[in-house]
Amino acid sequence: MVDKNIFDADRETAWCPGCGNFPLRKSLAEALAGLDITPDRVAMFTGIGQAAKMPHYIRVNGFNGLHGRALPPALGFRMVNPELKVIVESGDGDTYGEGGNHILHNIRRNPDIAHFVHDNQIYGLTKGQASPTTGEEIKTEVQPYGITAAPFNPIKFAVAMGASFVARAFVGNQDHLIEMMQAAIEHEGYALVDILQPCVTFNKVNTYQWYKERSYLLDDDYDPTDYKAAVEKAEEWGDDIPLGIIYRNDARKPFRSKFDWLSDSFVKDYKEPAEYDDLMQEFA
Amino acid sequence: MDINIVVAGEAGQGLKTVDQIIGKSLHRLGFSVFSSKNYMSRIRGGHNFMQIRFGDEKVAGPVEEIDILIALNEDGVDIHQDSVKDDGVILFDGDKDLDYMQVPAKEMAKEVNPKAVNTVFLGYAWKLLGLPLDALKDVIKEKFGEGDIYDDNVKLLDAAYEKVDTTFDCELPDGDVKGLYINGNQAIAFGAATAGVQFYAAYPMTPSTSILNYLASRQDKLGIAVEQAEDEIAAINMAIGASFGGARAMTGTSGGGFSLMAEGLGLAGIMETPLVIAEVQRPGPATGLPTRTEQGDLSFVINASQGEFPLKVIAPRDQEDAFYQTFRAFNIADKYQLPVIILSDAYLADAGATIPEFKLDELKIDRNLVDENEWPEDKEYKRYELTEDGISPRAYPGQLEGEVVLLDSDEHDENGFIIEDGETRVKMVDKRNAKFEKMKREDNEEPLYIGPDKPDYMLVSFGSTYGALKEAMDRLNGNGHSIGMLSFSDIWPLPTAELEKQRSYDTKLVVVEGNSTGQLASLIQAETGLTVDHRILKYDGRPFNVDGLVRELEEEVIS
Repeated sequence: MVDKNIFDADRETAWCPGCGNFPLRKSLAEALAGLDITPDRVAMFTGIGQAAKMPHYIRVNGFNGLHGRALPPALGFRMVNPELKVIVESGDGDTYGEGGNHILHNIRRNPDIAHFVHDNQIYGLTKGQASPTTGEEIKTEVQPYGITAAPFNPIKFAVAMGASFVARAFVGNQDHLIEMMQAAIEHEGYALVDILQPCVTFNKVNTYQWYKERSYLLDDDYDPTDYKAAVEKAEEWGDDIPLGIIYRNDARKPFRSKFDWLSDSFVKDYKEPAEYDDLMQEFA
Repeated sequence: MDINIVVAGEAGQGLKTVDQIIGKSLHRLGFSVFSSKNYMSRIRGGHNFMQIRFGDEKVAGPVEEIDILIALNEDGVDIHQDSVKDDGVILFDGDKDLDYMQVPAKEMAKEVNPKAVNTVFLGYAWKLLGLPLDALKDVIKEKFGEGDIYDDNVKLLDAAYEKVDTTFDCELPDGDVKGLYINGNQAIAFGAATAGVQFYAAYPMTPSTSILNYLASRQDKLGIAVEQAEDEIAAINMAIGASFGGARAMTGTSGGGFSLMAEGLGLAGIMETPLVIAEVQRPGPATGLPTRTEQGDLSFVINASQGEFPLKVIAPRDQEDAFYQTFRAFNIADKYQLPVIILSDAYLADAGATIPEFKLDELKIDRNLVDENEWPEDKEYKRYELTEDGISPRAYPGQLEGEVVLLDSDEHDENGFIIEDGETRVKMVDKRNAKFEKMKREDNEEPLYIGPDKPDYMLVSFGSTYGALKEAMDRLNGNGHSIGMLSFSDIWPLPTAELEKQRSYDTKLVVVEGNSTGQLASLIQAETGLTVDHRILKYDGRPFNVDGLVRELEEEVIS
């Protein structure tokens, strides 16, 4: 098995002490090591935000791109490289706010990408404004009278869109988080894992304690392939927050398989210009 | 011999098909052909027209006067009749109180195939020109295949051919027909295919869409991936991701879409990721004139995105140049690991022309990736390793066993890690600027200069104005003037040596460009300190034409 320490980037982080990103990073290294995946076989795509700094703090191939734009480059990469594991890490603002259009269309495409959303229900890096998932009970400097728009429910959204894998995890339960990460990485298609991850500095409501008191693991009887049950389960929030695979549909084919002419050793497979004579004759 | 045919009608009447068939048939007969399109932003109705000009000598731009007007509706007659030459012919099926040739197209087609009305017009025009029908029939067969449609068309062509007498003297050119009939967007798309593009993502936007269409419809044959992105932001980011993966990647759009891509352009710049972008201009700002042409985005593409980073902009001057420059753009993007923009426009995108066959066996792909078999085992891979010329060894993820590749949009160190210290920032900016200086020295083509040494007037232009301007200059020089022309294709960084070389103290600089403010003139003044004496500007959404240029230069510049 791969030693999890191989993922240690040996870098000082910009994260606050006690940040939920620390246990998340630890779980990711363990998840990858547990699957026997080495750093050079992973390509991680991120946007902007504290979560998005992940490729600097864990040793894998990384693409720390633009705010909200982690999914499009991940898709482009996935199309030309079918071999590496592609992981997207992003925050709730990055994914559901700025990147809203991209997640919508990538659920439609179903590319083979594992997407881990660090959902702390607040904008951390810009110091405490509302995110799309911020609860209505919260007031911020920008929303002094309370949240002005209803919170976005990412699980319900992804289930309704027919995403092929939708799960929720909590950094306070690392064993389960690792299990969810591994299932997502191994899923052949787009796998969304919304990870509850407290922001200890700016979100004083949704704390470790708050999630601990409310979250529960789905029991073995729950059938994630039952769409109607998943829609119902996706509604649960507040006093009872389900953790686990809410919905999965393994019948959906991954995006790249629809391009059956694409070779596996893509980058090296190009013709010399002289071989295009037949194409040129279309204009003769 | 120089004949100008205009086919006019409304959208949905099949003008494009007529234009393609005439253009290709004339090309096959050995003529030099130039065809341009003029269409409205609507699916049906409106007024559209195609101009097909051909001759036994090179024709490379549109002219105003018409020899044969094929008017598919009454508007076609009303709008264009004043441009028809005195000895020209108007073909029309209808009742008008003026001099035209009555073509009973609907009546003739009704008995054979009511959908083939335009074929009757074709037969008439072809006989007026005295050209052999076989060439026309062969192209129709290629387009529709053998079968009823082809048979109906042949029947109507033969019948129409009998109805009129030949009135134009079109001697067939001698010798074997070689060469291609291709438009600007096809040339860009085929150039990309030849260069080994492996990933193309775009959001459809006129007039860039036909690049997407070309590559998408041949992607299985080419073994590449083409994706219609959800927006231009996604398109450019997808392409950058594919480029990170080691593939050759490209995106295409027009000015409005490029506005959305500006953020991604800077990303490719700071990430030092090769990327080719086709920006096919149309008049703006915002939605502007969607189906018309302009050269109004020059300043924008050079300056797009925040901050400073090197990029290259190439404005192809014609269809042949569009192909070679697109091929070259990929090599330059890979060599210097930066974005290269092909700055074309609606006019060139749609204009078909006869050009020599591309010399494919003289082209060479240069990927400039590290060789995984030669990478030293004990050497740590650093994506942004500082080197003298600013170019770092480029590897893609998974290429070097045990090594990782890290790209960052934040300022970063040699490993790609985020930094904030001033010293590293300066080093990285200097590194990127060093690449730009190297590119200026090694990969910046001087503009094409045509004309006498140290002319009285130097016509300076960029991109697609080349063809019409050259013909206009030739006409004026034929009248005893001393005029030279300088046509820029590489436009950023601006190559200036040829400009300095060909100009004397007395030479008047006349900049000719398709925008209202003289963006090229401003760029030349900023980069060289030279004063531009005259600006010929056109921004009515229509391309420059030879007649108009001659008139304007004679009236306003050359006294």
